[in-house]
Amino acid sequence: MSTNGDGGFSADDMMAVAASRRLADGTVCFVGIGLPSLAANLARRTHAPDCVLVYESGPIGAKPTKLPLSIGDGELADTADAVVSVPEMFAYWLQGNRIDVGFLGAAQIDRHGNLNSTVIGDYDHPKVRLPGGGGAPEIATGVRDVFVMLRQTPRAFVERLDFTTSVGDRVRVVVTNLGILEPQDGELTLVAVHPGVEVDDVQAATGWDLRIAQNVKVTEPPSDTELAALRSLDPKVLV
Amino acid sequence: MIVPLSDAIRDLVRDGDTVALEGFTQLIPHAAGHELARQGKRELTLVRMTPDVIYDQLIGIGCARKLVFSWGGNPGVGSLHRLRDAVERGWPSKLEIEEHSHAGMAAAYAAGASNLPFGVLRGYSGDLPAHTRVETVICPFTGETLAAVQSIRPDVGIIHAQQADRRGNVQLWGILGVQKETVLAAARAIVTVEEIVDELEPRPGAIVLPSWVLDAVSLVPGGAHPSYAQGYSDRDNDFYVAWDAISRDRDLFRAWMQRHVLDTADVVEYRASLETRVTSA
Repeated sequence: MSTNGDGGFSADDMMAVAASRRLADGTVCFVGIGLPSLAANLARRTHAPDCVLVYESGPIGAKPTKLPLSIGDGELADTADAVVSVPEMFAYWLQGNRIDVGFLGAAQIDRHGNLNSTVIGDYDHPKVRLPGGGGAPEIATGVRDVFVMLRQTPRAFVERLDFTTSVGDRVRVVVTNLGILEPQDGELTLVAVHPGVEVDDVQAATGWDLRIAQNVKVTEPPSDTELAALRSLDPKVLV
Repeated sequence: MIVPLSDAIRDLVRDGDTVALEGFTQLIPHAAGHELARQGKRELTLVRMTPDVIYDQLIGIGCARKLVFSWGGNPGVGSLHRLRDAVERGWPSKLEIEEHSHAGMAAAYAAGASNLPFGVLRGYSGDLPAHTRVETVICPFTGETLAAVQSIRPDVGIIHAQQADRRGNVQLWGILGVQKETVLAAARAIVTVEEIVDELEPRPGAIVLPSWVLDAVSLVPGGAHPSYAQGYSDRDNDFYVAWDAISRDRDLFRAWMQRHVLDTADVVEYRASLETRVTSA
């Protein structure tokens, strides 16, 4: 999946770094596994040491030393400030408005930031049965800001979702392997491209007529500090 | 009270029952699931937030009629291929599904434990309500529209825990999931444990389930594998990764289940059998 750029970093590295930069220090962050977990842990190891990582399995304030494979790896509980039950996590902490940022991924996204992680094809006769929503439907409506991380392809960035797993009302940013999109007037708009990526590349990877900002910025490449922190997290377990 | 696992499953689980084996990443009662397969339990309605490898196995071997769940993947790896095969192609038989969100299922378990008919939450935006059992209620105080989920009241709740004492009081700690709710919502409850001790020593963040809310406690060290029990074992992440290839192929899956589950008597033989793993059908 990853392609190495000139500066010794992959598109996935850039994606993780770009997402981590959006997390302000002290942010309470609901983290999914994979790229979001990498981005959040990277933030905690660089500019946001007091970022609070919350995993849906129960750990609040987890400080893993390496990237966990699952959201329930033992190290998350061992290093957490508190471990709560799953009903408490969703009722008191998520629904209780205690979480600032929630990361979501998906198989499909539309121009409004609605996400599908449930099914490709018809629900009752699916072409591909995906894992399903899990925490996503309530994360999407229960956190202040939703950050989406998704590799950009025409199959993922679609005109019309096969299924709406979660709604896009609170999506503030979509970080992809090609660039960064933000909603403007209710529609995802390309605001930055990563180094080496052209606006046309992003349009070609999008299944709708992509709205482009007036001044598309170029993402600052990962710094040595960011790359060193990223490598120390052992991202080879990424899926 | 403290009985062999095979007796507990034989006496407390009937064909056609609604059975919830819970454990959120940690403490997944795999050994109890394997015993359901060995005893050939059929037509079960299986309830679990995250079906995980254990329900992939039970679905693929033909124990399930229906699945109630909220996230059906192999954590950190990808798909549950036996679940997908059942849903997409009806193999080995048609599987009815009732799908929820995590928040919805957690609320439904808590309502079950509270002896309430339904749980209430803000949730279920998107398309899922058109395909599952969720209703809305109007708050009588504020007029707010909220989602209502029917309580989960399993015939049998099964969990794995770290310790029991000799009277059958159970203690578990670490990631707690919905195990307490599962036991208290169920008509009958079975707990497998890593260890039986003279006295339960208090642990930070632990929960204790008194013996009188349980029907059977069974000593099954390593009974969570490939899941884990904090303080006793680590999650076997390599197993979860390896399961992807095993479960992709129907014949390889069946050969694997035959050798490691159906042809083994208990968790000790299961663990020993994994020294020489089935890698082809």
